[in-house]
Amino acid sequence: MGEMEQLRKEAESLKDQISAARKAVHDVTLPEIVSGTAVVGRVQLKTRKTLRGHLAKIYAMHWGTDSKLCVSASQDGKLIVWDSYTTNKVHAIPLKSSWVMTCAYAPSGNMVACGGLDNMCSIYNLKGKDGNVKVMRELAAHTGYLSCCRFLNDSEIITSSGDCTCALWDIETGTQKTIFSGHMGDCMSLAVSHDFNMFISGACDYTAKLWDIREGACRQTFGGHESDINAIGFFPNGNAVLTGSDDGTCKMYDLRADQELITYQDPSIMCGVTSLAPSLSGRLILAGYDDFNCNIWDSLKAERVGVLAGHDNRVSCIGVTPDGMAACTGSWDSFLKIWN
Amino acid sequence: MSNNSANSSLVIAQKMVKQLRLEASVRRIKVSQAATDLKTFCLQNAHKDPLLIGVPSSENPFRPPKSCALF
Repeated sequence: MGEMEQLRKEAESLKDQISAARKAVHDVTLPEIVSGTAVVGRVQLKTRKTLRGHLAKIYAMHWGTDSKLCVSASQDGKLIVWDSYTTNKVHAIPLKSSWVMTCAYAPSGNMVACGGLDNMCSIYNLKGKDGNVKVMRELAAHTGYLSCCRFLNDSEIITSSGDCTCALWDIETGTQKTIFSGHMGDCMSLAVSHDFNMFISGACDYTAKLWDIREGACRQTFGGHESDINAIGFFPNGNAVLTGSDDGTCKMYDLRADQELITYQDPSIMCGVTSLAPSLSGRLILAGYDDFNCNIWDSLKAERVGVLAGHDNRVSCIGVTPDGMAACTGSWDSFLKIWN
Repeated sequence: MSNNSANSSLVIAQKMVKQLRLEASVRRIKVSQAATDLKTFCLQNAHKDPLLIGVPSSENPFRPPKSCALF
């Protein structure tokens, strides 16, 4: 038997082993565990603020850690930092490339980052000496578009790319410290764990992967989706992963049981999920869809308990403030809305 | 097929098997425990989840408190 054939057989056997091991701990389902828990009452959130200013589709938004400032990216070629309490624009940053797909706010509040079809992640210093916001670094090495980026701190950022890899960068030197390869399709989204030791990525190979940042290794892979995963996030307790896909469903995977616990789907939903964010307790999952709406799911009972209707085009991004006070939706209609 | 591409396919296959071995060795807990912990976390934190329980206008930073002036 050639070595190639041997390896193929071993791979199949290991996949069967993983399947069997997951089955072995599957002693009950989530619906059975919550059968005695009532569905949450209808959730009706109202638009409290509308952030107006972008002139084209909004592709991404990210809250700052103060739950007040947020950054948004639009293909009008601007990054805008907003004071969401007053709707004032704190910074309007013109970009070299208008084909932006992602943006991020550093936990410190000192920097923002963005990137897109330019294959680069540009870091901007918000606290420059003369008050002007300037490009601090251009992180270039990916051979595909930048789909998502998240700061670990002021000196490190993680990126996901259409080149099927994710990377950990040293912002100071502008170099990749670690490359995370393994996905077999464009990486579309990433989320970092609260303790900053792990991150999860969702890709066009229909899987989500859990990565150990310092070891540079993929620890677990989760399948089940039938199309590209566009959105990913950690459940607030850090032990589960939420994904949103072009197959129209969201799923929750538990990290410690190493398997899917539940799917959030409805036969009436026939379009892809673009974005998602859990509420503070994790009980609610807000998910944005291609059909201009946002559905609010009861995460335990897997029932739709509300809708955020108000945008005139696709909801491309959603974020819940770190203090859980509000949700922000960004849309191709060029507006951001704050809800609670 | 040139020797080079045969070798790189081999390397890729070896990496895949190595990764699968790693993922197969993960310690798994029972779904009953995982699901119960999730349920407990949600229920215990429900009372401090503003989107779930609602935010009174006076405490809502996105809603300035309405004042009523009588002249």
